[in-house]
Amino acid sequence: MTGKGGTGKTTVAAALALALAAGGRKVLLVEVEGRQGIAQVFDTPPLPYEERKIAVAPDGGDVYALAIDPEEAMLEYVEMFYGMRRAGKALNKIGLVDFATTIAPGLRDVLVTGKTSEAVRRRDKSGRRAYDAVVMDAPPTGRITRFLNVTAEVAGLARIGPVKNHADLVRGVVASPETAVHFVTLLEEMPVQETLDGVESLREAKLPVGGVFINMVRPELLPAAVLEAAAEGGFDPGELALGLKAAGLADGGGGVPSIAGALAAEVKEHALRTVLEQRERRSLAEAGTPRYELPLLPEGADLAGLYELAEAMRAQGAA
Amino acid sequence: MTATATTADGHRRTSPILDIDAVLDDPGTRIVVCCGSGGVGKTTTAAALGLRAAERGRRVVVLTVDPARRLAQSMGLTELDNTPRVVTGVEGPGELHAMMLDMKRTFDEIIEAHADPERARQILTNPFYQSLSSSFSGTQEYMAMEKLGQLRRSDEWDLIIVDTPPSRSALDFLDAPERLGRFLDGRLIRILMAPAKAGGRSAFKLLNAGFGLVAGAMTKILGAQFLKDIQTFVAALDAVFGGFRQRAEQTYRLLQAPGTAFLVVAAPERDAMREASYFVERLAEERMPLAGLVVNRVHRSPAPALSAARSTAAAEDLEARGEHDLTAAVLRLHAGRMQLAAREHREQEHFASAHPTVPIAEVLAMPEDVHDLVGLREIGELLAS
Ligand SMILES: Nc1ncnc2c1ncn2[C@@H]1O[C@H](COP(=O)(O)OP(=O)(O)OP(=O)(O)O)[C@@H](O)[C@H]1O
Ligand SMILES: Nc1ncnc2c1ncn2[C@@H]1O[C@H](COP(=O)(O)OP(=O)(O)OP(=O)(O)O)[C@@H](O)[C@H]1O
Ligand SMILES: [Mg+2]
Ligand SMILES: [Mg+2]
Repeated sequence: MTGKGGTGKTTVAAALALALAAGGRKVLLVEVEGRQGIAQVFDTPPLPYEERKIAVAPDGGDVYALAIDPEEAMLEYVEMFYGMRRAGKALNKIGLVDFATTIAPGLRDVLVTGKTSEAVRRRDKSGRRAYDAVVMDAPPTGRITRFLNVTAEVAGLARIGPVKNHADLVRGVVASPETAVHFVTLLEEMPVQETLDGVESLREAKLPVGGVFINMVRPELLPAAVLEAAAEGGFDPGELALGLKAAGLADGGGGVPSIAGALAAEVKEHALRTVLEQRERRSLAEAGTPRYELPLLPEGADLAGLYELAEAMRAQGAA
Repeated sequence: MTATATTADGHRRTSPILDIDAVLDDPGTRIVVCCGSGGVGKTTTAAALGLRAAERGRRVVVLTVDPARRLAQSMGLTELDNTPRVVTGVEGPGELHAMMLDMKRTFDEIIEAHADPERARQILTNPFYQSLSSSFSGTQEYMAMEKLGQLRRSDEWDLIIVDTPPSRSALDFLDAPERLGRFLDGRLIRILMAPAKAGGRSAFKLLNAGFGLVAGAMTKILGAQFLKDIQTFVAALDAVFGGFRQRAEQTYRLLQAPGTAFLVVAAPERDAMREASYFVERLAEERMPLAGLVVNRVHRSPAPALSAARSTAAAEDLEARGEHDLTAAVLRLHAGRMQLAAREHREQEHFASAHPTVPIAEVLAMPEDVHDLVGLREIGELLAS
């Protein structure tokens, strides 16, 4: 799950994990930026570097969560592939891990996507997949292609050798048809533009584009014809004045006509915004991906809100 | 200057009002920094202030970072060439120049300025440098500061308005350069540098047995080529490194100077206001001059006298009677708007009670995006009113 900063990536990733877990499945929700966003969304204490059950889907089904810390992932990698825990610790001490995870973002990304791929491929004793699905709260749109395009990213840094081999393995998972990169956007110019650019750059890199989740959509109260007219300044407050009178709002201030006039101005503003949103919707349609709409939660995205978003996803066939 | 402002919905607050024109007109103001968390309107505010200052007579340059495409086009910023271009369409006695930050190019220029051509070439073509200069998480912030320093030193403009990079936290702008500096100055860098300093002998031979283990592990895990690239890079960078630190420190001091004014931009939402609070506190700690808070994209209703509760009740009444569908819908729309305005107002009050002396300017949410000079001018007027 990627998207412009602040559009709701963490929230929507969490809701998708719930939606995918519905019906008794087991889903892992992963975050990669060391921000403890998942813990915040589920209102729990900070997550350790460990897979933990964090929520239960309405009709059974479990969501586990994991906050991947690149340094820990590096130590684990060193231990797993080379059996060198001690060396890993020493590397950490002189700052190599820090170095690798800051100066060489490609290496950091491979560690993080590598850990995620491992969870995707993991099987239990009976040979079944450990998780039915893995959802990643990924870096924002501006960085997503680099982040996922691990082989290209480390190519400059490690042309041969173990890092390269690891990257190739990860690429196999990331680019497989089992992966889908979803975008979260708002109906605003910049996030939409970023989404379209992101879709294009993923396609160029031959990475699998999923759907676009349009987040924080306001319910539309007014009929389309009224909105169209209002946007052009053609909203007639006459009928509104009658309605206001019928509703007993004739008293106070300047009476019905002035309230009607003020409300008409409000309708016009709203209509202009709606026209803009429609334009952004049409631009998104050009990307040719499935689109899903998620409601603006009036009380903000609390736990109950997550379930509501998950329900909306299921109703639209996103999960 | 403590004024009592009454907002449209009748609430009163006692924050001082931010007098933007006084800041822009004061010839002593040489730098205005617009900061705030992601997506709140930093770029828009910076551009609007630039236009306003120019139209009021100053010779201004605006340094933008990642502007929205249409906004950039309207300012004539079609090329990312890292130098200011004059903006046409300014109505007034001053001049407006604008540029988009090209962080890689800015980084390259520092290297070129501080290293001999051969060494510069070595650095610029090193894969680590390429990775560092285009994607290290603090590079953009560092380079924004660097560019600001350059513009100020050139002394070609009497007012520089700086936009800051999109990041989750406003504090990144202050912290990232320091982080990059600390990193380049770190222990590992020194260890890797040892071979160059010891005349080409392997660093690891100089170190104790514990590090022998490390050397082996590094080679095994990363591959020998990888290590060699790191070492070449670090050795080459060492030559220009002193320059880095010094420049960052100079710019930092510039930010503390009295000719600088910080404007914290926030949306009237919990997260953004909280970030704004942190930032205001941090500026005080760093003794950096704060001009005030801009609360951007504030919603108001043209019909503030009709309360949300009354509007909802009336809508319910009409719905129950099955009459006047349209009026009922408009009343619901209005109730939603009033609730939003009240929520935004609460967030702002929260800030104001924690920071009662910080001047505030409010900018209404425009129904459409701001993407031309007309829109910028309008935002400028709202900022000043
Ligand atoms: N559908 C929604 N309705 C209402 N509020 C929402 C909705 N989705 C997200 N939010 C709120 O928007 C804010 C940003 O959401 P979130 O943290 O998920 O975004 P993000 O894209 O992960 O941000 P970042 O880029 O900082 O990681 C949060 O306060 C969240 O509660
Ligand atoms: N007062 C306003 N009314 C309506 N739209 C606005 C207003 N201020 C900004 N916008 C719009 O909001 C969007 C984001 O604004 P802007 O690019 O200035 O934010 P930013 O803080 O610079 O974002 P980033 O952190 O991504 O750099 C733009 O599309 C802009 O046109
Ligand atoms: Mg997030
Ligand atoms: Mg910006």
